Amino acid sequence: MGVVLELRNVVKEFPGHRAVDDISLALERGGFYSLLGPSGCGKTTTLRMIGGFEQPSHGDVLLDGKVVNGLKPFERDVSTVFQNYALFPHLTARGNVEFGLRERKLADRQARAERALELVQMGGKQDRTPAQLSGGEKQRVALARSLVLEPQLLLLDEPLAALDPKLRKEMRSELKAMQRKTGVTFLFVTHDQEEALSMSDKVAVMNNGRIEQFGTPEDVYLRPATRFVAGFLGAINWFGAAGVRPESTRISRAKPEGVPCRRGSVESSLFFGNCVHLNSLLEDGSRAISELPREENHFTEGEPVWVHWAAADELHFE
Amino acid sequence: MSPRQWFLFPARLWMALFFAAPLAIVCGYSFLTRGDYGGVERPWTLESFTRFADPLYLAIVWRSVWIAALATLLCAVLGFPLALFISRAGRHRNLYLQLVLLPFWTSFLIRTYAWIFILRDTGLINTALLRLHVIASPMQLLYNDGAVLLGLVYNFLPFFVLPMYATLERLDPALLEAAADLGARPFTTLWRVIIPVAAPGLVAGSVLVFIPCLGAYLTPDLLGGGKTVMLGNLVQNQFTTARDWPFGSAASLVLMASSALLLALLMRSRMAKELM
Amino acid sequence: MKSRALGIYALCALAFLHVPLLILIAFSFNASRFTMWEGFSLRWYQAAMSDPQLIEGLINSVIIAIVAALLSTAIGTFAAYGVWRKSAPLLSGSLYLSLVTPEIVTGVSLLALFQWGFHFLHLRLGLYTVIIAHVAFSIAYVAIVISARLRNFDRSLEEAAMDLGASEWHAFTRVTLPALAPAIAAAGLLALVVSFDDYVITSLVAGVDSQTLPMVIYAMARRGVSPVVNAVSAMIVVAFGAIILLSQRLERA
Repeated sequence: MGVVLELRNVVKEFPGHRAVDDISLALERGGFYSLLGPSGCGKTTTLRMIGGFEQPSHGDVLLDGKVVNGLKPFERDVSTVFQNYALFPHLTARGNVEFGLRERKLADRQARAERALELVQMGGKQDRTPAQLSGGEKQRVALARSLVLEPQLLLLDEPLAALDPKLRKEMRSELKAMQRKTGVTFLFVTHDQEEALSMSDKVAVMNNGRIEQFGTPEDVYLRPATRFVAGFLGAINWFGAAGVRPESTRISRAKPEGVPCRRGSVESSLFFGNCVHLNSLLEDGSRAISELPREENHFTEGEPVWVHWAAADELHFE
Repeated sequence: MSPRQWFLFPARLWMALFFAAPLAIVCGYSFLTRGDYGGVERPWTLESFTRFADPLYLAIVWRSVWIAALATLLCAVLGFPLALFISRAGRHRNLYLQLVLLPFWTSFLIRTYAWIFILRDTGLINTALLRLHVIASPMQLLYNDGAVLLGLVYNFLPFFVLPMYATLERLDPALLEAAADLGARPFTTLWRVIIPVAAPGLVAGSVLVFIPCLGAYLTPDLLGGGKTVMLGNLVQNQFTTARDWPFGSAASLVLMASSALLLALLMRSRMAKELM
Repeated sequence: MKSRALGIYALCALAFLHVPLLILIAFSFNASRFTMWEGFSLRWYQAAMSDPQLIEGLINSVIIAIVAALLSTAIGTFAAYGVWRKSAPLLSGSLYLSLVTPEIVTGVSLLALFQWGFHFLHLRLGLYTVIIAHVAFSIAYVAIVISARLRNFDRSLEEAAMDLGASEWHAFTRVTLPALAPAIAAAGLLALVVSFDDYVITSLVAGVDSQTLPMVIYAMARRGVSPVVNAVSAMIVVAFGAIILLSQRLERA
């Protein structure tokens, strides 16, 4: 298989702060990877260093085993899909897709461009300019433009952020399908944990310039390495030093036997269609969220309840 | 050299050779002595600068400052209401701005000549008044300080109106309503609300008028005859007819220094930052 | 009530700005050489268009303006682009300074430079010295127009181009330059007008046989009598006005 991208102790310093603080990562060829983290955690900076738009202050970036630190973007076999797509306004969709092929002076560029546009289902709209395309269409063209060059690695900088929620969900499965079909390694940057979990083979969770955990979606969700990862990947209730997911937090009127529990009263409920989140105010003043299937919600506001969970479902950190 | 340096190179070369170097030469000349045939030679001296203490030349400096200041004041007084009007003109704003700028985009020389045509002894005003028997002999309207002032205001009014408009455009109408609501009459509102908010534009516009007026040459030359001598005329005269290049250089430096100083003050002031 | 008075004032102010030129143009059609209207005539236009001095001045002005505009537009565009990529305070500062320097000072300083250089190079003042001077003061104007356009230009477009394999030069020529084209045309027209109109600097650095149109007009205005100046003025006003309007339309494109 082989390692297509490796970051070795990469640091990026700007005057005033360290955006990337000693990260190391290795990505295997052919996978779909995500770089997940809140705004300002350094994920975009990392992406830009891989793409060649920034240089690391220390450390090495290796593509296909070779150090590429000093190489400019046009000297690297990596392609980027920008957050705002960065389509060239004076060219049509086809012109955009052909751009990189023209630089390489490939003879059959028209045919290749057409195939790429078909792949992203933009076949009939080749002669439109970016101004005449919707957000989703622009994104497809941007994808085609990068994929047509058959790069070793495709970088995507929060490409779904500007789309409306329904379109975003559709694009997730399309992107995943495209990755499988082309076999190109994808590295996807996002702050949306649902996106990262649903699309990736492996997720790198970043915070304050560091990678806190790199693992499969199950790993990072069920076995988070740090408190931050636990809290970022989904809602979590903290009972002292132990964290419990809402879906593992049960609620009942009668005091349960043999399991950790707390006393409290129902404060409010949020209806999510398929399930209900009950917000309880506990005796010690803290709050806990319990997730219940819709049919099991027979509690009323203000009712005294017991919140309990299985000890095995607790998450502990140093 | 990186690609970016190549882009900057032609401009850097041109400005170094044909802007910076000439100014450096003028700087150097100002400390030398006038040669016999009009060139420059040693010894190095401060005589050109000390000559400015002579009442004749002090008068020229003073007249330049005075005329420039007066022109600026007139531009401000005449230009402010115009800018105010345009800022309230709604959809027609751009049209009015174009109208203000249009004369500016014709030739400076011609704009100045237009006033010669109107003001001279055989010009429009005199001819009309003579014809109507209002006056018996032509009035001396041209070739005096007043004509120069008129020419300067005419030419530089847009320089004031534009930055003034830019500031006033940002004036929130709600402020005026709030003032009225609190009992302020129109004049009070003008004085206590509009002018303080408009201050950055006032300052910027004034400096943008004052600096070129201070260094005016063509206007006093054409409209002032030989009588209104400003610093610009002095410089030109010393470099051509009088052939006293060191003195002309010193006068140039005085002119440049005052302009640069004013501009630096403007750039540093809070007002400039607000304007940007 | 207040806006009424303001409106009337504005009208007067705008009239003040436009009437002198309109008068000038109106009297260019006056049959008489005196400032009394004696009927409509095109004689002054005919006189203007057959005056050898005016024609020579026009030709010189046109040649100078075109060459100077081409040079300053190229140099200014590259400079604005370079500064946009990464700031160059010294260059920007000198460009701004050149805008604020009084023309008379620019003129005499260039004269001093040329005279000093001629000691060694055995050359004389001529068309080329005027062109050099005009380029020197036009670069700033061009740079301002291009910089304004670049401020609204998306940097990520150039990054995308490089990402797709274009060198820095190719990214500029294939992506940025097409976007700048209207602004470059606008700046070129501006440089053309600024060069054509210049009197102060030109009069100092022009050679004996390189009289420009403004210089001829100046001499005629000084002598004072003929309405030929009115006719020439009218033609220039119309020509400039048209060019500037075109330039502004391009700038907004």
